[in-house]
Amino acid sequence: MTALAAETGTEPLTTTRKKGERRETAETMAARQREISVSEFFAKNRHLLGFDNPRKALLTTIKEAVDNCLDACEEAGILPDLLVQIEHLKDVGETRYRVTVQDNGPGIVRKQIEHIFGRLLYGSKFHRLKMSRGQQGIGISAAGMYGLMTTGKPVVIISKTAAKKPSHEVVLKMDTSKNRAEVVSETEHPEDDHWFPDGHGTRVVIELEGKYLKGRASVDEYLELTAIANPHARITFIAPPQSGDAGPARIEHPRAVEELPAETKEIQPHPHGIELGILIQMLERTESTTLSDFLQKDFCRVGPGTARSIAESAGLSARTNVKKVGHAEAEKLYKSIQGAKIMAPPTDCLSPIGAKVLLKGLEKGLKPDFIAVSSRPPAVYRGRPFLIEAGVAFGGDLPGDEPARVHRFANRVPLQYQQSACACFKAVVETDWKRYTLQQPRGSLPIGPLVVMIHMASVWVPFTSESKEAIADYDEIRKEMRLALQDCGRKLGIYLSRRERMRRQGERRHIFERYIGEIARACEAITGDPAQPLYEALLKTAQKKTAEADAMLDEEGRFIGKKDSLQNDDTVFMRESSDGGGERDDAPEPARAASDEDGEGKPRRKKQAGAAKEAPKKPGKKRGAGEDGGLFAGEQD
Amino acid sequence: MAKKTTKAATTAATAEAPRRRGSKATADATLLRIAQLGQHVRKVAMHTKEGDPSVEIPSRTLSNTRFNAKKRTLEMGDATQTRNLFNVGQARKFMQMMLQAAASKDLIQQDKTLSLRGMYYRSLHTIPGTKEKTFDDQSESDAILEDLEVGLGAMREELHVFAKKRGTMVGNITITDSGDEIDCRRMGSGGYAIPSICEPDVIRFGRCDAKFVLHVEKDTVWSRFNEDKFWQKHNCILTEGSGQPPRGVRRLLQRLNQELGLPIYCLLDCDPWGHYIYSVIKQGSINLAYESQRMAIPDAKFIGIRAEDYRRCELPPEVRIELNDKDTARAKQIAAYPWFERNRAWQKEIDLLLRNGFKMEVESLITKDISYVTETYVPARLKARDWLD
Ligand SMILES: Nc1ncnc2c1ncn2[C@@H]1O[C@H](COP(=O)(O)OP(=O)(O)OP(=O)(O)O)[C@@H](O)[C@H]1O
Ligand SMILES: [Mg+2]
Repeated sequence: MTALAAETGTEPLTTTRKKGERRETAETMAARQREISVSEFFAKNRHLLGFDNPRKALLTTIKEAVDNCLDACEEAGILPDLLVQIEHLKDVGETRYRVTVQDNGPGIVRKQIEHIFGRLLYGSKFHRLKMSRGQQGIGISAAGMYGLMTTGKPVVIISKTAAKKPSHEVVLKMDTSKNRAEVVSETEHPEDDHWFPDGHGTRVVIELEGKYLKGRASVDEYLELTAIANPHARITFIAPPQSGDAGPARIEHPRAVEELPAETKEIQPHPHGIELGILIQMLERTESTTLSDFLQKDFCRVGPGTARSIAESAGLSARTNVKKVGHAEAEKLYKSIQGAKIMAPPTDCLSPIGAKVLLKGLEKGLKPDFIAVSSRPPAVYRGRPFLIEAGVAFGGDLPGDEPARVHRFANRVPLQYQQSACACFKAVVETDWKRYTLQQPRGSLPIGPLVVMIHMASVWVPFTSESKEAIADYDEIRKEMRLALQDCGRKLGIYLSRRERMRRQGERRHIFERYIGEIARACEAITGDPAQPLYEALLKTAQKKTAEADAMLDEEGRFIGKKDSLQNDDTVFMRESSDGGGERDDAPEPARAASDEDGEGKPRRKKQAGAAKEAPKKPGKKRGAGEDGGLFAGEQD
Repeated sequence: MAKKTTKAATTAATAEAPRRRGSKATADATLLRIAQLGQHVRKVAMHTKEGDPSVEIPSRTLSNTRFNAKKRTLEMGDATQTRNLFNVGQARKFMQMMLQAAASKDLIQQDKTLSLRGMYYRSLHTIPGTKEKTFDDQSESDAILEDLEVGLGAMREELHVFAKKRGTMVGNITITDSGDEIDCRRMGSGGYAIPSICEPDVIRFGRCDAKFVLHVEKDTVWSRFNEDKFWQKHNCILTEGSGQPPRGVRRLLQRLNQELGLPIYCLLDCDPWGHYIYSVIKQGSINLAYESQRMAIPDAKFIGIRAEDYRRCELPPEVRIELNDKDTARAKQIAAYPWFERNRAWQKEIDLLLRNGFKMEVESLITKDISYVTETYVPARLKARDWLD
């Protein structure tokens, strides 16, 4: 502040006042004290919701809309078919955009439209524990609010719930002071209009101040990543024309799998996952009368026995009336719950992407040479079940010599901001990638043509803020992430050392094949005998020598034959021929283990390494007189 | 190598005209060795189980050289290194050796010679189907030719390969070089360029009145002596070898010493390099130890310049060139050579060099007078029989 004052030359804003005189009184303050509507709060603090700058605002708007579409389609059991369109309204202003997102979901009944799109903290997902993308009831209305605030333009929603029903077009304006929406106009389209070929769906149009740029954390990236984690969705993206484009660009993300993810179940909270305040709230709101009933019905994994023992160790009885549980008793009850042995929450409420689908998504999206994925069994944090899936993709089209990219997902939604605050990032950094033959500067991401992806599926993802950008760092979560990464890393390590081995081997055979032609021809010139038979004999030996080299030992001294552990692993994808695999397959089986090659039982590896070392393809200096080299190395004549 | 030469045709061709380059016997012996190498590769590749041809190459390292105290020359030991075709690190060299063997065979058959550089170009091409060249540079080819020499047990000259001519001669001698008579007394200011092949079948000695040979390190010093007609006044032969003398010069000096019984006196710089040159002339060099028999001159003398000359000749301090660390290390290394190790005079000489802490070039004597070296220094040393042996 002082710096600013000094810079601008303005006087500090202080008022002189007599000593002891109050600046404000309770009365003057009371005159200004009033309720703050959530919408007012977030309108002021829009960065909390991901609208900090025009570029991010555009992304957040699309993201909120798309997440909702996918949620709605899946809940209705419909394979999602999405259209995302960004129009650059240059005539209005350089930063003016119109976003249209349309789905083929169940639609929204007419009377809900103004609530959903006009009120913050209004939704179907907050009060339940179910794995879904949205969970707060803020998303789409915040986007609409941002659009209204920056452009004055209302949100347009068109929705149709069934083929035989009319579609409703509603134009909405939000009143932030009331956190309510005001319907500007509405139209009913009774006929089967062209918007929804499936007969149902929702279309949202928002005008806003934004900025469309490709690259990291762009809309393009968001859609690509969404396609990776949601290969069951088909997404069509119509992007505004970039300089040089004739018209809008159409980017298709075709559907890669035809099955919907397994339907997720809603669960009751687990007793170990709640705080005292929540317990008191639940006690107030419950419909049960007895404590035993309350514990059994409002929580999961509590049977009559457990309920009784919880009640009793809190000095209460199973039959105690819930309404009679005061603050002191609630505190005892809370302690007793924490101490009770209760089964972990059910995990059938989680729907992982699954190894097969993940592989497909990563392959389609990144075109790497190698992918390994790992799906951890469900685990629990704060009484909430969750599940970690991870994948590493290596090589191919990925850029090398750069820090790995980390693709983070929460309930299939890509997270593109606040990477370093995210538990995923921390888990990647604390994994020792050097063990898997990658470079990794201390405390940083590994280096290489590598993409690491982590997906957390949970009935409630603990985000660090309302903008849902980073996963909070719970020990249980980070540990699961680490285990999943190690699983993938180990497979990557096997693959990389195998690839390196094959590269060396290919090079060796190549070397021999390169020179034997020359040697055969030179021999013909020397002896006068034809080169061809000699060449063929040498070629045969070259192939035999390479086959022997195939049977080398791995780092741990284990014999590596043709079959290695990656071959039949369905959590692994390897691009054909990327590692000389084709060449390898036609090579004859090694005749014998290499270690007894020369009867001395010394590992062949060593020998090879020695030989390779003395392979001076390009002699740096003139060869000298051996160890006498020194100053006068080399005969001068 | 599309052209097919049968063995019969080869022999027929070589049987004809008398050879200019060495005798027919030598040529046939060398051709046989090269042919044996080719046969060996074929046999191992086509008719053995392992199928991995290899060649044995005597190692040219200090540890594989012996000083024969009786003959007072360096000799090569028995240690060899094996070069296998099917070894990642050796395959390329193996190929290069076969290429140069074939090239050499071609030269011998055509009765032509090529320089080291010529040989490099002769076998230089891109390997079909690759971007790789058979040789990256001449040094790679030079090294392979040395391998071939020791591997086949044939001299480079016998392979019809020679080095760049370096070295000059004038003096009271007439020779025949490839049939041309050359009177070394009438060579003007430039002198006779000593060829790289000085074997008896190329150079024959005619009338010789000279009583000794003065070999100087450099062309500049040699010119001084020639201009001052030193060889006339002292009835000798004057040679120069542009630093470390090439094999032709060494072979010529050795033959002058052996065949004509002329003593060889060397005038070299007072520094480790000068001492090394003397060592090479006298005992042979380490990587050509196998050539010592033909090259080494155990009787060669070192007449200067000496470490004591700085004071003895009262040279000005400007001529001193400080020894650097490398010089010092090298001097110590030379002092430890077996043929210097037990030589008291040489130990004293190197010791004084080290204590002086500076080296001196022969030209430093010019500070006394233009012809001091030719008129005073060398005659005085010779008269006093003051030299190192
Ligand atoms: N395209 C749609 N089709 C059907 N229902 C929708 C659609 N979009 C939103 N809804 C309904 O509107 C509700 C509010 O959506 P909103 O995005 O505001 O919150 P949310 O998705 O529940 O949570 P979050 O703030 O985390 O996104 C949703 O819970 C859902 O029931
Ligand atoms: Mg939402």
